[in-house]
Amino acid sequence: MTDKKQSDLIERMVAEARKGRLSRRDFMHYSLAAGMTASAASGLWVSKAQAATPKRGGTFRVGVHDSNTSDQMDPGKYQAVGEIQLAHTHRSYLTEITQENGLGPDMAVEWSATPDAKVWTFKLNTNATFHDGRKFTPADAIASLNHHRGENTTSAAKPLLAAVTDIKAKGDDSIVIELDQGFADLPWVLTDYHICMLPAKEDGTIEWESGIGAGPYKIVDHKPGIGTSLVRHDGWHREGAYFDEIEMIQLNDPNARQTSLLTGEVDAITQVDLKTAALLGRNPNIVLDDVPSGSAITLPMFCDTAPFDNNDVRLALKYAINREDIVEKIMFGRASVGNDFHVSPGMPYWPDIEQRTYDPDKAKFHLKKAGMENLSVSLSAADSVLPGAVDMCVLYSEHAKAAGIDLKVVREPNDGYWSDVWLKKPFVFVKWGARPTPDNMFTLAYKAGAAWNEARWENERFNELLLIAKAELDDAKRAEQYREMCQIARDDGGTIIPMFTNFTYARNKSVAHGGKLAASWELDGARGYHRWWFA
Amino acid sequence: MSGVLSIVLKRLGLGLLTLLIISILIFGAVEMLPGDMAEAVLGQGATAENLAALRAQMGLDQPAPIRYLDWLSGAVVGDFGISAVSGASVAETIGPRFRNTLFLAAYAAVIAVPVAIILGVVVALLRDTLFDRVANVATLTSISSPEFFLGYILILYLSVKTGMFPAIAKLNDGMTFFELLDRTFLPALTMVLVVVAHMMRMTRASIINLLASPYIEMARLKGTPAWKVIVKHALPNAWAPIINVIALNLAYLITGVVLVEVVFVYPGIGQLLVDAVTKRDFPVVQACCLIFAATFILLNLAADVGAILTNPRLRHPK
Repeated sequence: MTDKKQSDLIERMVAEARKGRLSRRDFMHYSLAAGMTASAASGLWVSKAQAATPKRGGTFRVGVHDSNTSDQMDPGKYQAVGEIQLAHTHRSYLTEITQENGLGPDMAVEWSATPDAKVWTFKLNTNATFHDGRKFTPADAIASLNHHRGENTTSAAKPLLAAVTDIKAKGDDSIVIELDQGFADLPWVLTDYHICMLPAKEDGTIEWESGIGAGPYKIVDHKPGIGTSLVRHDGWHREGAYFDEIEMIQLNDPNARQTSLLTGEVDAITQVDLKTAALLGRNPNIVLDDVPSGSAITLPMFCDTAPFDNNDVRLALKYAINREDIVEKIMFGRASVGNDFHVSPGMPYWPDIEQRTYDPDKAKFHLKKAGMENLSVSLSAADSVLPGAVDMCVLYSEHAKAAGIDLKVVREPNDGYWSDVWLKKPFVFVKWGARPTPDNMFTLAYKAGAAWNEARWENERFNELLLIAKAELDDAKRAEQYREMCQIARDDGGTIIPMFTNFTYARNKSVAHGGKLAASWELDGARGYHRWWFA
Repeated sequence: MSGVLSIVLKRLGLGLLTLLIISILIFGAVEMLPGDMAEAVLGQGATAENLAALRAQMGLDQPAPIRYLDWLSGAVVGDFGISAVSGASVAETIGPRFRNTLFLAAYAAVIAVPVAIILGVVVALLRDTLFDRVANVATLTSISSPEFFLGYILILYLSVKTGMFPAIAKLNDGMTFFELLDRTFLPALTMVLVVVAHMMRMTRASIINLLASPYIEMARLKGTPAWKVIVKHALPNAWAPIINVIALNLAYLITGVVLVEVVFVYPGIGQLLVDAVTKRDFPVVQACCLIFAATFILLNLAADVGAILTNPRLRHPK
């Protein structure tokens, strides 16, 4: 047996043992058969397989970044990382993104749709309770969803549920959601961080002010901008919640965050400064988790504005960027290159389309075809969007020089970037949070007429496919439809996607997890609080 | 003493007027920042529809002067309103934070003021010696470095490398007073390093200034020891400028702590102000700024009263 094969086999056995599918006896037996010595196999069992058996207890202290005094309890206004982390800790959702980045049940146990995907039935978990002991009922689920719908809602999740026409209770354990068009991704959309389940009031609104939820931990003390203490909710409806208590501490300053981890003030931090990540990783007590995410950097160009209305110009700009160089120099290798379509390798239906590479000659060719050999454009960016955003644009500008493109980088003020620059200027730097499915992303930012169609791109075939794929319940057909859409976006779209960023966070080596991490948010999809444990 | 009282009253009246003007300036400045509160709250998630709904909910659809007068009518009766972003009472939000800031300022002042004055007297006594030079260079170096840099240096050497003090100053409700002093020692020390130089050099300068006076020469000629000349004869006449500098530095300890609070994650008012400005949370920004302004006004007043009380000529005007 070759070393490679052996290590693969042992890795698989360790993984099985962690899931509890392999006993110690079997583990030893197979390890010896695979050619290991008895003491090595025994050591491996102790260090790898057994260490992964969760243990209860302890106070998990986490330093959270982007956590502010203005953080709030209204789920429709969630936006900051601190809010999202807390939301997944003291509140629960109908569905969840699992550690394998699949879709799993949470407060809904199962769901099904009519063949046209227009009517969905969700069976709710009747064991679920809120922190004050109230049972979770269909009325609560309906009120929680309606919070993001209707004329007067202030929720940022309103566009996600725009297709919903009616939500009704069915019996005392199910709800039925009706839509005006087929929507195969609805269960995925319900993992969105805004759409948490809260107790309903008499008048059909939700009670969000009190801060109670049905999450694994309940709030004991909440000081926005300082920190939050939580204790385990004993009536939680799921496995996990191994820590007795959770303490979330606002640590917005990167240095304070990393120093706190080094000196043992906290057990984990939600973000590591990329410049110093390698140094931090050298400390034997610290473990870095580096998770490729679906969070994309996009450079949208207005397709209805000269010179970007010419696809050859767009292609020239797409060939003039050296993605590998940017990942290496700006992100210190902690990102994956993009391919000008907004589906990351970790997302469902990711199509393996040939990677576009840096090619100044092809860029020149397209410019010549467009008759614009002396192309000069301005690209707006601000460091509040991503630390290093301006540097990335300057680097891009250097790459573009080789193709004869004069790319001027405009540093915009951090304040008001989203209101004054994004969707207003023709060529800008944008960072998108990860969305669970291609449909979700395409509907938000690539569909003709969408409020956030940041490139003002309208492609007939793309929009036609979007509607077909949205209602397609056959996965194979759907994958083929998304492949075609990605290809169109890559070759005709108005958006350059240089890379998908990683979530890079760190923990003390005493904190253990199952080895796989959800890519939706920091700290295992903001669910490390109930999935992890102290080894 | 009636002279002092009338000065105090007059200054307090002027102070109130200053506060009013400042509140208008702050309101104008917040209005002029790009983007409004609704946009800041919704960020990238804003659409025309939910922006309009949120603006109506926050009362941002009213014209600016009306919003200002609304706030002012509450403020004059002591009601600073509710934070437009979180809906929490401004007084309740700021109260505990301001207490924390005052505690840290007091902690730093209790160390810094005696150290600065004693050091000032000693270097005046030993002026132009090696000790004088070293003390001057050391304090000038610390005042010339930005606070956050000093903070990082202290964290590196006193926390990460030696583990003597905690690196971040997070507070818990159940802390004993001693634990509190230990937790907040590094931020307090940073502030001490920042303010000592100014006060020490002023003490030194005003004493040296007086040392050339004929009455000091007289004291020397009658054989008074050097330390006694300074402490008993020079210092009482040097108090006025020293008190002025101390008052200014105390005000700085309260208002200038933003960076120190950020570096040490100390839950004070500076961090709150930064948060509020990013979200355009006008009621909170306004209340924080007025607290800072009032601090300056009151401490300046205290400095003037102190200067009068230490000077018999001003205490008993002819």
